[in-house]
Amino acid sequence: MTRHVVIDRSHSIALANPMRAERRSGLDQAQPIYKERGQREVFCGLTGIIWLHRKMQDAFFLVVGSRTCAHLIQSAAGVMVFAEPRFATAIMEERDLAGMADANEELDRVVDQLLARRPDIKLLFLVGSCPSEVIKLDLSRAAERLSLKYSPALKVVNYSGSGIETTFTQGEDACLAALVPQAPDAAPDAAPSLLVVGALPDIVEDQFRRLFAQLGVPKVDFFPPRRSGDICAIGPNTRVLLAQPFLGDTAQKLAARGAVRLEAPFPFGAEGTTAWLKAAADAWRIPAPHFARVVESGRTRAKRALEGARETLRGKRIFFFPDSQLEPSLARFVTQELGMIAVEVGTPYLNRDLVGLELEQLDPETRIVEGQDVDLQLDRCRAAKPDLIVCGLGLANPLEAEGFTTKWSIELVFSPVHGFDQAGDLAALFARPLVRHARLKV
Amino acid sequence: MQLTVWTYEGPPHVGAMRIATAMRGVHYVLHAPQGDTYADLLFTMIERRGERPPVTYTTFQARDLGGDTAELFKDSVRGAYERFQPQAMIVGASCTAELIQDDPAGLAKAIDLPIPVIPLDLPSYQKKESWGAAETFFQLVRTLAPRSEGRAPAEGRRPLCNILGPTALGFHHRDDLIEIRRLLETLGVDINVVAPLGATPADLRRLPDADFNVVLYPEIADTAARWLERTHGQPAIRTIPLGVGGTRDFIAEVVRIAGVDPRLALAEGASRMPWWSRSVDSNYLTGKRVFVFGEANRAIAAARVASEELGFEVVGLGAYNREFAREVRAAAEIYGVTPLITDDYLAVERAVAELQPELVLGTQMERHISKRLKIACAVISAPSHVQDYPARYSPQLGFEGANVLFDTWVHPLAMGLEEHLLTMFRDDFEFNDAAGPSHLGHSAAPAPESVPVEALSSAISWTQEAKAELAKIPFFVRGKATRNTEQFAVQRGIALIDLETLYDARSHLAR
Repeated sequence: MTRHVVIDRSHSIALANPMRAERRSGLDQAQPIYKERGQREVFCGLTGIIWLHRKMQDAFFLVVGSRTCAHLIQSAAGVMVFAEPRFATAIMEERDLAGMADANEELDRVVDQLLARRPDIKLLFLVGSCPSEVIKLDLSRAAERLSLKYSPALKVVNYSGSGIETTFTQGEDACLAALVPQAPDAAPDAAPSLLVVGALPDIVEDQFRRLFAQLGVPKVDFFPPRRSGDICAIGPNTRVLLAQPFLGDTAQKLAARGAVRLEAPFPFGAEGTTAWLKAAADAWRIPAPHFARVVESGRTRAKRALEGARETLRGKRIFFFPDSQLEPSLARFVTQELGMIAVEVGTPYLNRDLVGLELEQLDPETRIVEGQDVDLQLDRCRAAKPDLIVCGLGLANPLEAEGFTTKWSIELVFSPVHGFDQAGDLAALFARPLVRHARLKV
Repeated sequence: MQLTVWTYEGPPHVGAMRIATAMRGVHYVLHAPQGDTYADLLFTMIERRGERPPVTYTTFQARDLGGDTAELFKDSVRGAYERFQPQAMIVGASCTAELIQDDPAGLAKAIDLPIPVIPLDLPSYQKKESWGAAETFFQLVRTLAPRSEGRAPAEGRRPLCNILGPTALGFHHRDDLIEIRRLLETLGVDINVVAPLGATPADLRRLPDADFNVVLYPEIADTAARWLERTHGQPAIRTIPLGVGGTRDFIAEVVRIAGVDPRLALAEGASRMPWWSRSVDSNYLTGKRVFVFGEANRAIAAARVASEELGFEVVGLGAYNREFAREVRAAAEIYGVTPLITDDYLAVERAVAELQPELVLGTQMERHISKRLKIACAVISAPSHVQDYPARYSPQLGFEGANVLFDTWVHPLAMGLEEHLLTMFRDDFEFNDAAGPSHLGHSAAPAPESVPVEALSSAISWTQEAKAELAKIPFFVRGKATRNTEQFAVQRGIALIDLETLYDARSHLAR
């Protein structure tokens, strides 16, 4: 399916290890995927809590970790969230580590304290961190115990957002994967239903809901649900459409429940959204003319909305630093729909099964890199002199100070960017830094 | 385990990063998993630095744990040295690496680099950011300035001092430094080294050349200053030049130690603040109830300014860094308040809700608390926020700093005559207390009727009539009036507050 040759090699730990990739003979068009190992400049999976806690309105995220974890979430949220957040950290202290305090008793006490403050919580996530993983604190047993204790008012689920196991958006994957067992079994003879997976902004969810209804997909559920009580049943007649490319573990867990994943690119831009909707339409055998009629107006709106940004971005060279795993999909969007040239597409982790359709659309000249050695990557980036660099918050201002134009990648994760009616906004996120540079005379 | 919603301080390795980032020619190799790289954005985004912090993270992953993370650390040290060519290096572990016990100190020593490599032992599960910064600065100073060549004779030259404490991600350190440098120069004192901000390892070697040290931020520099005092006989000035009184005391200290002439520095008009505060327009500030919370040294100094220079009444004083708890307790005694020493944001919130002050002088956390409780607030202390790095010149210290304090502390309050008008004509449809102070525009927090017309204490109830009367009091004093009346009622064993009680309490408190 994919024309890309994957070059897997076992890597010794060598920071200055020059990136190498080999072409497999016999596949002329094939393009290598480089793997890189070195210092990474990425968030850990705990960061996902920032959007997940807003998505699930009766859920609370309790990180069991260190002061660093608490500081990370607070800092990554940029300015602090004004409303009372539905997340907190149980900060481990010396006595917890020295075995002077029973970790489970301590955790129970903290959860009691938390629930006294927030009795409205229906779903509690115990979120593992680097330190809790290293000391092997068994949060799954704690979750079981606490679930029993507070049943039926509260369900307690655990997952790990630790940086030794997860990068940024993988935290959402881990969270959703942990939520799958909470879904009831659908009857084997249940009517086929569509499950859209990935935390989407409510407004985007509503747009998709309307489109699927117009297409004639009778039952559509979203995962995660806005309220934990609304979690849908899953079974062999569930058809899964991923809204995000970083949900590999969740997809596997759903497959284990018999659900069938519909292969599709991701719903970015006019083309991406059309192809994504088409995957669902085909599964329901919706006649092509009806499909065309339904998507017509949204698709036209999206294309029109892209025009302005395309003027700015056509022919411009873009360089992606690894961040959210959205990079291959976004590179497909900016090259195919906005006429940009992708120099390098870095991604923290490449799930070939999920982004294969996107990789096929990329220019063979584009360098695709999985993993990171930030210093080497900065060297390549400076040498390539791209017109626009998509990178994390730690790199953006230093690169701007060197004279480059950057787009913070975190905004691509935090803003509504999916679907026809957000295509223009998504394009504008890439165009704005360039427009701004052109406009400023200071 | 401690349940934490927001934290006042980061982990100690972030303190070490603040020192490394402030300095030039220093590189920090931190044994840490990838998520810890978030700390870079504190500097590049909050402080808008145009350079990456000089930090190499080993970013080990779970699959490395079974293998050789120690080798990874050594490779990182070698790689960082080759790439960045620093004059000195600091090495250490973050919270996770501390648990895997790879011994960064021993590993770094084994590499035998031709520069000083200073190992840091920052216990992540006991200590916090400020302590980490202080310890890192101390270790650098101790390693780089172990002995002195002996100072130049004092005759025939101006006194020479070091300014210690300004750091990266400091609360207004950039502008404080300009202000204090100017003040010292006016006093006829030369500056030997400013550290850590802008200093190189070579500069730290020159620290012993100075006659004395100015410790601007004790939470960062006190440990190092005490060592310099012991080792090199350099006295330290610890008076924080905050406010007019603080600045005058600071000048007096410099005069005492350096024997310089203070007249030029103290010249009339050095600060507008005294006149702004004495002007009749400021009469309405008298006795405003203020709650002060922040970094200990800053909170203590701010309480003095609030009390002596603005005529406020300090009703609460506290700090989040326990290292200076003793000093906070002593200061709280001056104002007859119970000191609040905690890093639990929720405890601070409870204290503010209970005290119902008219103004909160706090950190960004207290800004959120105040917003929720509809109380005016000004930020006086770290932790820093992007708003604490204004484009304009905005020192907190020195005489110009005192002017800034006047503006920023008074600004959030309803203005004098406006306060009266609001009381007299509170039903005006566009000029009423629910609209908030008029000079703050529409962005000001709306002050809806929800501000307690409710009883604060559950043991006491209010008659409808008394409640209605209470609602006629402007929102920014309603909380205080409610609290005072209820206290008055409790003292007299009154369970139901009626109009009589309300006005009795008022006359009682007006005595």
